[in-house]
Amino acid sequence: MTKNLFACCLMLASVLFTGPAIAEDVTAPDALVRHVTDEVTAIVRNDKAIQSGDASKVLALVDEKVLPHFDFRRMTMLAVGKDWRSATPEQQTRLTTAFRTLLVRTYSNALTQYRDQIIDYKPLRASPGDQQVKVSTEVRQAGAQPINIDYVLEQSPDGWKVFDVLVAGVSLVTNYRGNFGDQIRVKGIDGLIASLEDKNKSLEAEQGGK
Amino acid sequence: MKHLALTAAAAVAMLTAACANAPPEDPFESYNRSMFSINEKLDAAITKPVAKAYVAVTPEPVRTWVGNFFGNLNDPWIGVNNLLQGKPADALSDMMRFLVNSTMGIGGLLDIATEAQIPKHDEDFGQTLGVWGVRSGPYVMLPLLGPSTLRDSLALPVNATLNNSWHLVSDPVLRNSLTALQAINGRARLLGLERTLDEATLDKYRYSRDFYLQQRQFKVHDGNPPLEYENFDLDDGNQTEPTGESP
Repeated sequence: MTKNLFACCLMLASVLFTGPAIAEDVTAPDALVRHVTDEVTAIVRNDKAIQSGDASKVLALVDEKVLPHFDFRRMTMLAVGKDWRSATPEQQTRLTTAFRTLLVRTYSNALTQYRDQIIDYKPLRASPGDQQVKVSTEVRQAGAQPINIDYVLEQSPDGWKVFDVLVAGVSLVTNYRGNFGDQIRVKGIDGLIASLEDKNKSLEAEQGGK
Repeated sequence: MKHLALTAAAAVAMLTAACANAPPEDPFESYNRSMFSINEKLDAAITKPVAKAYVAVTPEPVRTWVGNFFGNLNDPWIGVNNLLQGKPADALSDMMRFLVNSTMGIGGLLDIATEAQIPKHDEDFGQTLGVWGVRSGPYVMLPLLGPSTLRDSLALPVNATLNNSWHLVSDPVLRNSLTALQAINGRARLLGLERTLDEATLDKYRYSRDFYLQQRQFKVHDGNPPLEYENFDLDDGNQTEPTGESP
């Protein structure tokens, strides 16, 4: 069972790395997800430095191709839950920055594990006027159960933005809520911010040499 | 008799007291956390090094064949569970998979069926019990095997025998070798990934528990639940925005 969870983490390799791409090229959310995923996985497949875990190189790739298409404020809000409302704007900004750093760093590492998984895109089920859509994909790996990875996107003034990712039906974002809620109950919102920032610092120190 | 009843009552009272602070889905949290950390240590000390050595000596196609081989043996049991869950069409497709892969796929080494658009399903007896209305019960961290629930643990002996049908092999050496091979091959696929979970979470135990429970729930319902996302920037706290998707 732990295997399933880890397998899902593997699939995260391709998860954070999607989103709307160049606006005039692709405007439909499913086309955008496909475009960015294909582009990023192709780069990783052919880049030995990334495959061997070159942190700065993979971070640069993610920064350029992927991050512009995510709404991290929305993600952070959903991860924090209703305590978000009692946070000051300054706390909200710090939470967003810290959570974003954590996600980007860890999932950039996961991306270095991507090899030869095949990604199938399922037909989009949405109406033209929808402000939110779910783009469903299935990641297949030889000799293993396929895993569903779904991206939830929202229309924004500068294009579609991903704000949630579901792995095997579970929201990676709202799955943080229990954990974050525990922290807030014990140490308050500033305590949660401090925990996230500490975690980021220790990860940065670990990877510093790479 | 009376003595037994008293003992049982005392045990229940003690458990209840011990669980006073634990969340309802995880009354055995403190035991579970200890087992979680023991499992992690065992993995680091034994399973992971063995899996690494296995990867070092076997080429990738061989590992794929091994994965396909065990996956093929599971398909009939997946089919039986689909039947038990009232999904005869899926059950039939699982049997087709088994037939196609066992013959044209050279005893299951190749997954021809997936190429032929006969998809692999994900079913087990715990899910069947769930479909029949058995609640999942408390979260349980099993020694070596990892996250489970009371219901899934009870389903485990049935799964272990029928899902992994080579357990019916009578020669103990062959049987144990196959079991070990499956475990190591499965673990090998995850090498290098455990770091992600370590790094991405503030409390690894908590995140994996919530993930496991939600995922099982989702699987039992073969799920496509409607998505609803709150917007905490709005004044009305409970306002939700349904997605464009119809469930």
